[in-house]
This record gives sequence, structure tokens and C-alpha cells, in this order.
Amino acid sequence: MNRVLGVFAVVAIIYLGLMSSDPQARSPENHQNLERRIGEWGILTLGVGFVILTGGIDLSIGSVVCLSAVSFGLILENNGPPWLAFMGVLAMGSIIGLIHGFLITRLNLQPFIVTLCGLFIYRGFAQLLTQINFGTIGAALTTGWPENARLLRDSSRNIGLAHPENLAWLTTLQKGNFPLGEWTGIVWLDIPNPLILFIVLAIAAYIALECGAFGRRIHALGYNEQAARYAGIDTASHKIACYVICSTLAALGGILFLVKVPSAAPASAGNWYELYAITGAVLGGFSLRGGEGSILGLALGTAILPLLRSLVIFAGIPSDLEFMVIGVALLLGTVADELLRRGSMSGVRRAG
Amino acid sequence: MADLPSNKRFLLEARGVSKAFLGARALADVRFGIYSGEVVALIGENGAGKSTLMKILAGVHQPDSGSLWLDGNSIILNGPEDAIRHGIVLIHQELNLAENLTIAENLVLGREPTWGGILGLVDRAATRVIAINALNRVGLVIDPNTRVGDLAPGQKQLVEIARALSLDARVLIMDEPTSSLSHQETERLTEVIGELRAKGVAIVYISHRLSEVSKVADRVISLRDGCNSGDLPREAITHDAMVRLMVGRDLTRLSRSSAKAGRVLLSVSGLRHQASPAGGISFEVRAGEVVGMAGLVGAGRTELAETLYGVRPMVAGKVTIRDNAFQPGSPAKAIKQGLLLVPEDRRHHGLILAESIRSNISLPNLKGISSAGWVSRQRENKMALHGIAELSIRTTGPEKAAGQLSGGNQQKVVLARWLAANPSVLMLDEPTRGVDVGAKSEIYDLIGKLVDQGLGVLMISSDLEEVLRLSDRVLVLHEHGLAGELSRDELSEEAVMRLATGTAPRRTTP
Repeated sequence: MNRVLGVFAVVAIIYLGLMSSDPQARSPENHQNLERRIGEWGILTLGVGFVILTGGIDLSIGSVVCLSAVSFGLILENNGPPWLAFMGVLAMGSIIGLIHGFLITRLNLQPFIVTLCGLFIYRGFAQLLTQINFGTIGAALTTGWPENARLLRDSSRNIGLAHPENLAWLTTLQKGNFPLGEWTGIVWLDIPNPLILFIVLAIAAYIALECGAFGRRIHALGYNEQAARYAGIDTASHKIACYVICSTLAALGGILFLVKVPSAAPASAGNWYELYAITGAVLGGFSLRGGEGSILGLALGTAILPLLRSLVIFAGIPSDLEFMVIGVALLLGTVADELLRRGSMSGVRRAG
Repeated sequence: MADLPSNKRFLLEARGVSKAFLGARALADVRFGIYSGEVVALIGENGAGKSTLMKILAGVHQPDSGSLWLDGNSIILNGPEDAIRHGIVLIHQELNLAENLTIAENLVLGREPTWGGILGLVDRAATRVIAINALNRVGLVIDPNTRVGDLAPGQKQLVEIARALSLDARVLIMDEPTSSLSHQETERLTEVIGELRAKGVAIVYISHRLSEVSKVADRVISLRDGCNSGDLPREAITHDAMVRLMVGRDLTRLSRSSAKAGRVLLSVSGLRHQASPAGGISFEVRAGEVVGMAGLVGAGRTELAETLYGVRPMVAGKVTIRDNAFQPGSPAKAIKQGLLLVPEDRRHHGLILAESIRSNISLPNLKGISSAGWVSRQRENKMALHGIAELSIRTTGPEKAAGQLSGGNQQKVVLARWLAANPSVLMLDEPTRGVDVGAKSEIYDLIGKLVDQGLGVLMISSDLEEVLRLSDRVLVLHEHGLAGELSRDELSEEAVMRLATGTAPRRTTP
């Protein structure tokens, strides 16, 4: 709990700094932008939180976001029904997580390596997908191979959002607000739907991890996998479940990405997102060694990066320095955390 | 060496040393002294404070109070490197050799002879000379370019000693040096110790094997509950005298109403895992009996239990639990049948140290106290409080982290967990290792109570006193095979050791 209070203090300080930096920063618009961004990244952070709890890592999140955005766009472009596109992309995410989980638990590969390979493969696959002439394939299936037709284009292309008029519900989910402000007359209470979605998912995760048997087992195996195994826990399937959750949420993130932008460049869509997600979880108190972390802390930790980025903009810091500011802030936070921890050594040491 | 003039100064001495960990007393006002050219055996039960004292002598721990003296000068050791600088070298029970490097590389690790000035290139020729000299001192004839990982345990032990000697060790502290050695290797080590003694090296020898102690030691210092419990000069070293000092009383057999073994709960035939010899192992555990399992370290007792429990793969064999065929495969399967394991390594396999007593007890029992995946905190607390009361776990409450408990109370948490899981056959692997004397007798009482209730207990233990006291019969393993079975009437320390060391003809079990 002390840790969560610490993260809260950090969030509060950055927030106050941001509010005092520029009148623009205090505007409802900026708040909504921030809240939307926190919601979008929070969904990814939540997913990687599950994986980190098991002592693993997922570096492929950004590429899964990209592949999902591209796949979703391509299905719509080829007149696939939106619900099918939506469910199909989520299913693809689950399968990706399943593959990660199997490779990690059954073949005993390291999560870092498996998901690093994923990082390359999914982005490359997304690029390949955008080069395929689906029209040619369609024609080939119905009328035979058209003359001079080629299966692949010369280069990859950006994927846009076709037929957005069919996607009212998704557009609302991404761009709409929860009209609490409208009802109450307080404009500040119009909360962007992505943040609402994140909060709902976070509550579900909280229940699963803090109240449910599932969460107990995840914490136990993350802290000491051998002891969990000796206690009769099927550690492999619990770990696989966490990778599935992570990649499925990343796929959801990819769909929201495309609806928002609304264009996905396979070379850049979702770049860095895995690192933002991991940073959010770590700032929120998740230990990369596994077994430690609370959802409340994660939710607060998720807010730090968007707030910092906004602060960089409004405080007039050259945007070229953004990454440096983020890196230094992260390092300072980690050092402070370690020093505080040493100050309050409880004597409980991690075995192994 | 036993008749040294009494005014002679100790080479290394500890005076009035006390040490506590997290408030638990490990050593209280302990004194220790050793002359050069002397072999002092440090004996005591598990948890008596031997390893703490030895780590203080070697600079690993710093005493809370008391002082260390070397050659009559007070010294302060801030770490093992300080101790090594003073010529005090500890040889750990788990050998600290880099298995991926060669013998020679290990021997010069950290102080490699170099050439080429600033380039710091390793001088291979010089390394080889150092290595050969060091190996000669322990009489190990082997190519120094052999990878340490390819050596037998006894050879590794000698390499470790050679390294200590090449550090100009004046005091050599050996922690259970023979625990993984074969008979011949032990003999060889005894010879080497004799040679080192003649050269004036002081040797602190820590061992559970009292017969070995009486062979090598010039003097015995005994600890009990963190205090000195007496010394024995050379001529007074006998097995009974040592046991009396360690235990503080003459041991009587546990006067358990000679149990009437009931139906067969666990039946194992031809069980083999990857290291098993052909034929495998067969035995039975009946309701209401404690079956002891003895053998030297490395005899395959833990492996056997872990195979039954499903932690390591079973290669062949037939297992039945209460007359139902059982195929070991995972702990979850074994637990479902009531076949439970209290593992040897409590800290790594038994408990989640950072988590509360409550969650450690409930961890394998979550299914029974949750509905639709939602854990009922009320029922969980009840389960935890029940376990704490039944096993008299000494704690401020169920929320205390398991890692903050003493060894004995940690072990009780593991036991409480399994008592809540509807046990049928309980496999205990070194149930009282690192457990203080008080908790030990409580655990013994509990084992007695459980078998009276009709459980079957398979108890693996290296503590022969314990095996003799509790077991209705004893299976003795030797090199992963069953060397023999001893009934209660045949039980004696000598009989067990004869089978365990492979010096008795193999007996077949009925």
C-alpha cells in the first residue's frame, strides 16, 4: 500500500507541475486528451501487467497493435462485416498469446526471446499483408488468374478505415465520452470512453487478481514458481492464460488505434507501445522479477507517461528531449524506490 | 596434538560471540578456539548454531557482540575477503566452483597471473604451474585443464581444498565435507586432513557423521541451542559422549504405542526415474505407520519422493494409492489422491516466503474455499487460524509473512497446508532440517498423532536419531536402489549405515 501511495504522490506532483505550466494545460480539452491516452495505453499496460506478474515479459505488444490495426483495416476494406473483423482480430490476438505461452512453458524458452521474435515477426507480417493484392486473389478464385496480375505490390502501404459509417459503436467507444458531464452540467466529468473501458477492465482484473483463486496462483507462481508447482498449481496453464490476456488486450488496442487515427502505417503503427506499457506497469510497482504489483498501482503508473509527455509539451521543453526527460524521470523514480525499499527492509528475502 | 601445552595460544579464537537473526537467537555467548595443527570438530543438531558460528569465523556474518582473535590479536572481519586475507577459508557444503571452467582456471580465479602489462592477458603457463602445485598438495593427480563440471564430487571437494590452500589458508573450515562423497573419497579426504594437520594448518570440521568425527578430530566442541554444550578431548571422543552433548540427554525411543499397521495406502513397485538402476524400487506404506527412508546424501531419496509426487518424470513402475492405480504426473494429481509432499527445500519449494501464513496455507486448497473462482476470505481465515492453532504456529497472526517465521514455524505452515488438504499419505523430506529443538519435538508429536489417525507417513531423513526414533520400519537407499529394509527390531545406527554405505549385502524386500 505504501508503494501505491508513493506512485500516487508522483502522479500528483507531475499533475500539479503540468497544471502550473500553461493555462492551456488546464483546459478540459487537454484533460480529455490525457484521459483518452491513459485509457488507450492502460489497456495495454493491464495486459502486460499479467505477464509481468508471472515473472515474464512481452516485447511484442507494439507489433501486435500494428498487426491488429492492419488486419482490422484490411478486413473492412475487403467488405468484411465489422463484428467479424472485431472478433477475428481479438481471436488472432488470443492465438498469438497462446503461441507465446506454449513456447515459453512447454519448450521452456525465455519470454524475452519469444516475444522479441514476435516483435519482428508480427510487424513484418503486417507489412506483408498490406502488400497483398486481395482483389487479385478474389478474381483468381472466381474467374481464374488475371493477366499481368501480381500477388504482391511493390511496397507496403498505409491502411485506412474503410466504411467508418458501419462502425458507429466502435467510433463511439474510441472517440465518444461518457456523458456524465452532460447530465450533471460539469464539463469536467465528460470522461472519454477509452478511459471508461480501461477502468472497467481494470476492475475486472482487480477482481481476478486480488479476490480470485486465479490471482492467488498467479502471484504465487510469479514469486516462486517451484513452490507454486509443489503446491499443486498447474503453473504452465496459468502462465499461458496470462500471455493470452496480454496479446488479446494488445489486439483490442490495435483496433482502437485504427479507429482513432484512422490510418495504420505498418512500419510505425504501435512503435514503442510495448515499452510504454512495461514502463507504466513498472512505475506502478510491478516487479520484473514477478509476483509483485497491484492493479491500483498499475492504473496510477499508467498515468505517469502521458502526464510527463504533456508536461514536456506545455513546459516548453523542446520535444526532441522528450525521450530523455522520460528516461531520466523513470530512472529517478526507480532509484528513489530502491532507496526507500532499503530504508524499510523487512527482512523477508526472496528465495532463489 | 591433543596434549598441547595449555598455555599455548589459540591460532583462531572466538570469545563471547552472540548473534541473532530477525530477533531469533542463533548464538549466545559462544566461545571457540583452535590451535594450529589441530582438527576441531564442531558438532550439534540442526539449528544448534554450527553454521552461524562457522560463518562468523569466515567473515560471512558479523557477530552482534563478542570478538575474534587471530594469533592473539583482535580482528574484525567485514566480509569473506577479509577472512581470506587473514588466511581463514571456508569450504561450503555446496561447493563454490565454477563448473564451466577448468580446474586450473578455478584455482587462480580472481588472481590470475598475467602478462602483457595493461592488456592483462592470462599467463597460461604460470597458471598451470600454480594449479599443478596446488593439486599436488592434496594429492589429486589429474590434468588441470579438466573441466570442473566433469569431476566426481570427491574430486571437486579436493579441488576446493586445493584452492583454499593456494590462498595460504592457515585455518580451513569444512562444512559437511563428506556429505556427497563416496567411501573411498572420504578415506582420501581423511588422509589429506592428516597431512595438512602435520603442516600446521588448523582445521574446523563440521559433520553430522559421528563415526567420521571420532576418526579425524583432536577435539570436539559441541553446540546446543546456540550455546556451548561442552568439549571433548581426543581420548573422550565416543559416539555416546557426543550424542549426549548434542542432545543434552540420552535418547530414548519414542514410546509410541507400537502402531498396528492397517491397510496398504501406497504401493510402489518397480519405480524408476532417470537416475534409477534397472529393476527400480518397490515398497509399501500402510495406514498407521511411519516408514523411514534413510541413505546418504545423493542416494536418491528425494528423487524417489519427487517422482511419486510428479515433479520429475517416472520412467517405469506401478503405483497404487488405496488400491487404485495411480500414474504420477503432476503435483496436482498426487494432491488429488491425498499423496502429499513436504519438500526438503522449504524456502524454494515449500513456501512463498513473501506471502502471508494465510495464503501459504490456502494455496493448494483454494478450490475448497472459493465459489466461482472467488476466494471466500472468511473461510480462508478460518482455515488459516485452524492450522495455526492445531500446529501451535508461533506468530502474531495469520497475516504475517511466512519468511518472517523461524524455520520450525515455517515447517509447521507447510504441514498445516497439507493437513487442510485431506491427506492420506504424507511424504516428509527432511522434516526437521533447520528446525529448532522445541519445534522438532512438536513435529514428532504431530507425526505420531497423524499415524494414530490412520495416515501413512513416508519420512526421509538424514538425521539417524530421528529415523530410529520415529520409524516403524526403515527403507535404506544406496545409489538410487533399495539396499534393504529394517524392521523395528533390527534397527540400529550401524545397521542403517551398513546398508547406506553399500557395505552390507543387498537384501530383497518381501
